[in-house]
Amino acid sequence: MLEYANPKRFMDLSGALLPWLGAVAALLLAVGLYLSFAAPPDYQQGDTVRIMFVHVPAAWIAMMAYGLMALASLVSLVNRHPLADVAAKSAAPFGALFTALALITGSLWGRPMWGTYWVWDARLTSFLILLFLYLGYIALWNAIEDETRAARACAILALVGVVNLPIIEFSVQWWSTLHQGESIVRAGGPLIAGVFLWPLFLMALGYTALFFTLLLLRMRTEILDRRVRTLALGRGR
Amino acid sequence: MLANFLAMGGYAAFVWPAYGVTALGLGAAVFLTLRGYARAKARLAQFTGETGSR
Repeated sequence: MLEYANPKRFMDLSGALLPWLGAVAALLLAVGLYLSFAAPPDYQQGDTVRIMFVHVPAAWIAMMAYGLMALASLVSLVNRHPLADVAAKSAAPFGALFTALALITGSLWGRPMWGTYWVWDARLTSFLILLFLYLGYIALWNAIEDETRAARACAILALVGVVNLPIIEFSVQWWSTLHQGESIVRAGGPLIAGVFLWPLFLMALGYTALFFTLLLLRMRTEILDRRVRTLALGRGR
Repeated sequence: MLANFLAMGGYAAFVWPAYGVTALGLGAAVFLTLRGYARAKARLAQFTGETGSR
């Protein structure tokens, strides 16, 4: 995969891929949204079950984005690859956005179902820490002027923070919590009826396609900006 | 029929804000990302005198 990772190749490939990826994201989200409201109300949760279709995919992408950011940070530290920096830096704001969306939609789901918007239990608290990790990472990038040093410091922060991912994942098993346990990706198959699984599945795919569309666009933006900075240096301005 | 749909079985105050904040957040991300990309292209074009995307 690293042979595709020089900036010129990346610009060619991502440029060709982007319109398709964007179209796939729009299509999946449109069908997913339709099915989200076509599904019947749940027999226990009523219409609040529809919040699941925007809450669960946001939470998945929030965690996936952090994993990707940490992986890119590792490659950046070990291989000193310039694209890895760009990928990690570009993933952070979207990771923060999806984390915030998962927290807000979860809160709006918790109020009618649990009777509270928020509770300081393991799942919710570790997810809030995920948001702070993203915000800290972004702040650190902006705090260090020298790009190479910023990249290294941020990569270390991202790698230290990766310990939070298993804590989020297993929090519902390790500690007692209001949050339900795994009901979709589990041994023995999902516990959710197909009529709810399909919209969830399509929304999750749509969120994934949207995340990568945004990520590629932002990586391209960052590469163009770096080119401008190099050119500006060369002309002494 | 429509009023029934909008009522969300009495949970309108939770379902619609959840979808609203999601639409707002994702819409803003798409808008700001596209705008940032267009601006970066314009800045580079100023330097190179080209209009191409690379």
